[in-house]
Amino acid sequence: MFLALRELSFARGRFALMGSVVALIAVLMVLLSGLSVGLVNDGVSGLKKLPVSSFAFEAGVDESAAFTRSMVEIDKAEMWVDVPGVADAAPFGLTLVNTRTDRGVDIDLALFGVELDSWLLPTAATGSDLSGPGQILLAGTLADEGVAIGDVVVVDQIDKELEVVGFVDGQHTFGHVDVGYVDLSTWQEIRAGARPGDEVPNHVYRWVTAIAVLNEGDAEPDVAAADEMAGTTTMTLEESFGASPGYTAEVMTVQMIQWFLYAISALVVGAFFTVVAIQRRQEIAVMRAMGASTGYLLRDSITQSVILLVVATAVGLGIGLALGAGLSATEMPFALYPSAVAAASAFLVLLGLVGAAFGVLRVTRVDPLTALGASR
Amino acid sequence: MTTTTTETTERVGLMMSGVTLLHADGENEVRALDDVSLTVRPGEFVAVVGPSGSGKSSLLAVAGGLIKPDAGRVQVGDADLVTASKRDLATIRRTQIGFVFQSANLLPALTAIDQLRLPLTLGRVAEPRDPMQMLEEVGMADRADRRPHQLSGGERQRVGIARALMTRPRLLLVDEPTAALDSKRSQEVVALLAREAHKHGVATVMVTHDRDVLHHCDRVLQMTDGKLAPVDEV
Ligand SMILES: Nc1ncnc2c1ncn2[C@@H]1O[C@H](COP(=O)(O)OP(=O)(O)OP(=O)(O)O)[C@@H](O)[C@H]1O
Ligand SMILES: [Mg+2]
Repeated sequence: MFLALRELSFARGRFALMGSVVALIAVLMVLLSGLSVGLVNDGVSGLKKLPVSSFAFEAGVDESAAFTRSMVEIDKAEMWVDVPGVADAAPFGLTLVNTRTDRGVDIDLALFGVELDSWLLPTAATGSDLSGPGQILLAGTLADEGVAIGDVVVVDQIDKELEVVGFVDGQHTFGHVDVGYVDLSTWQEIRAGARPGDEVPNHVYRWVTAIAVLNEGDAEPDVAAADEMAGTTTMTLEESFGASPGYTAEVMTVQMIQWFLYAISALVVGAFFTVVAIQRRQEIAVMRAMGASTGYLLRDSITQSVILLVVATAVGLGIGLALGAGLSATEMPFALYPSAVAAASAFLVLLGLVGAAFGVLRVTRVDPLTALGASR
Repeated sequence: MTTTTTETTERVGLMMSGVTLLHADGENEVRALDDVSLTVRPGEFVAVVGPSGSGKSSLLAVAGGLIKPDAGRVQVGDADLVTASKRDLATIRRTQIGFVFQSANLLPALTAIDQLRLPLTLGRVAEPRDPMQMLEEVGMADRADRRPHQLSGGERQRVGIARALMTRPRLLLVDEPTAALDSKRSQEVVALLAREAHKHGVATVMVTHDRDVLHHCDRVLQMTDGKLAPVDEV
């Protein structure tokens, strides 16, 4: 500590420069963390809020497009209810539609079709619950966008009219589109493209997107056997996120940027401390000749890099959080979770230390003989 | 510990006998030290002169436990430098040996007073000197808060000497302390070394090219091709 602190203050210009780089990377990390959480929420918050353990899709469905491709017969819900460890199972419909309200507001919607008495149906935070066909219960965020209770939402092309009866609390989205809950039969008609007044063939009411399954407590039902029996392909709720449009690509892109930043940070910090170590060679040799142990020299250098990294990351974190607070208030898909931000910061410091270690470890290779005679 | 060793401890600062040091120089070997024997009593100030490449720095390196000889015995106080482990050598250097280097080799980040505090932070020291008092002793008390780049060469050398004495070493090894100084400063610095050696009873070995400072020394030795011999005329 003795030398580390004095060197930090003596060469403060140099250390401040390095610290700024780390701080800027920390700012970026915070923003990326917010963006990543925001994108996840925008992609699957509607799914996350379902009280569901897993979805049973059509057997052999393309897993990356399960929600749009899958068609399952409605009676498979009863087969799933009987599976040991399953508390309940219910038919679930999902389809994306373009709509316009009678007041001229264009909204894209992910329609979740559920039975009116289903455990899947959320209760309204404002207005009233879904109670019949031709009604729609909308995501709370739409209330801010000029949609009000009593409005009529008209589905493009088929001119199906849905009356807004209420809003559920908070953000419910799927594939960056707000969620609207409708009665399952209404959903089936829309999915079939039936216009009002059309004769709807009976088989339309036999199909849904998937069977939503709720496990009993911590029970883990034998999914493979159940799939075999019911002729379905089951994904857990988390696995099904990947079936939200763009979800996997977005999450991977952001994650890749994050990993690159970690690597860049570690390399830059490593390069910096390597240069510092080379510059201090003579100094280190003198200290070794004076009898400084390797432990002492390592401790001193590591203390220095820890102080630099922690202070710089903390400063960057502060700036990033301030910027993030601003961003959260905008349209951007952005949300800061303390745990995600803390993990990113800790990782930044940790990887920075790994980088610094490469430079710092050089002190162990300095020969105290170098101190004798300036010529060598 | 027997009485004999204790007595030896009290009378011997440095004892080298039959020391040979080989340097691999490509195919052939260079005999940097050739059967060197040297005993320096506590408080004795010995100078070593000799042409370039004769082995003077090698002598200091072996006496200071920076390099192990290929043959012979080296003892500082009651510590045997030949059998000591690397870790023990570091401890012996820290507690028993002081180095003064050619260009003082102060740490750029530290003020004069902190240069003196540094050796006391490296580990436990039995009877550390007071840094301010030590600075006063070398006439640098009024420059305690200056960093090396704000000091002259002679002043740096004084701080370097004070730093080497902070842990009350038995042996002080000095490598060309006057190389960067004019003759007046050289006289002052070597006079200071002689005074400190005598006052604190430190066995001191100084390597120098400067014949004008030898009158401060108790004994002068000549190094030639790795061999050490006394010089009669100072
Ligand atoms: N690391 C080394 N490898 C090989 N040879 C070495 C090494 N160090 C010193 N030597 C050789 O050992 C001999 C003695 O070197 P030393 O540095 O002790 O001389 P010196 O008397 O201090 O010279 P100078 O007055 O120039 O400092 C020289 O011939 C030198 O070339
Ligand atoms: Mg030399």
